Amino acid sequence: MKPVADFDERRPIYLQIVELICRRVARGELPPGARLPSLRDLSQEMAVNPNTVQRAYQELERLGVAATKRGQGTFVAEIPDLVARLRRELAVRAANNYLRELESLGFSPADALRFLAERTKEGDDDLVGGGSTERK
Amino acid sequence: MMTLSVVEVRNVSKRYGPTVALRGVSLELEAGRVLGVLGPNGSGKSTLMRLMAGLSQPSAGQIRILGEKPGPSTRARVAYVPEVDCLYPSLRVEEMLDLQARFFADFDRTQAAELLEFMHLTPRAAVRSLSKGQRARLKLILALARRADLILLDEPFSGIDPPSRERILQGILATHRGDRSLILSTHLVREAEKLFDRVVFLSKGEIFLAGDAEALRQERGMSIEEIFREEYN
Repeated sequence: MKPVADFDERRPIYLQIVELICRRVARGELPPGARLPSLRDLSQEMAVNPNTVQRAYQELERLGVAATKRGQGTFVAEIPDLVARLRRELAVRAANNYLRELESLGFSPADALRFLAERTKEGDDDLVGGGSTERK
Repeated sequence: MMTLSVVEVRNVSKRYGPTVALRGVSLELEAGRVLGVLGPNGSGKSTLMRLMAGLSQPSAGQIRILGEKPGPSTRARVAYVPEVDCLYPSLRVEEMLDLQARFFADFDRTQAAELLEFMHLTPRAAVRSLSKGQRARLKLILALARRADLILLDEPFSGIDPPSRERILQGILATHRGDRSLILSTHLVREAEKLFDRVVFLSKGEIFLAGDAEALRQERGMSIEEIFREEYN
């Protein structure tokens, strides 16, 4: 019964559902050809209006991530490079967020790159475990 | 493509003697959509809901519900839940449902039984023994278990504890069908925010802001609740 997703209500909710599904596809949790939950199921799971889910599905279709088969439901599109494309798009978005955050702190793109190089040198364990707690 | 308007309110005003409760209100709702009627107490929300329920007549302007003037024939297809308590304390929960079934041919007993369980209500319990939250949930079941084309909920969350609010929200979502429209009035925007397709903001009997909920979020970078707080401060 608990909603799986915490939405930021300052942004359109359907776009956040789109992002959530794109991320699931990029991670391989929803492979091409997989059936997306019905409008009713997803709307109850996320505690949002079914029309909002429908809007998200329409947007996914427009983006070429999903396709609706009449009478059968909505499926992850079966396009060969879909997963690779989404992974890349999400990586670019994460990189942009990182750059924007550093820029707001007064760092140049060169600084941002140097930080990344340093962080990567420190080893994988530290990257996974320590990355987000460092500032505390 | 033509979309069928379930509700059409055209330039409606309502006076009670010298008091103007609504002034020049217009709105429209297509089938299957959820509309939030938002505003502080005294802004005219309940008056507007009563007019759409066909329980009072506008002083000026026109209302069409399912293409008809609100009255006995629309009341058979519209489920209206007033803010005030409409339950009989001397009855049991199940008798309250029996009574509703006798009033309304579209009352679905199976759905009602499912909702009782979902809302954690006991059929044998006496209405007088119910808490405020339980009464609110029972009132809601009486409406949601009807196969009505339009549901009007006037302030379903006010004076109710958060767990009951959450249950009510879940109950509304669980019974929502694509061909059923819902209008919900509230001043507690946070709880209902994610339900709305459209919202109208009322102040002193007039609509001063109306729109698509997602478009408003996009345009302003704010939640509907934040817009509400900003507009009424």
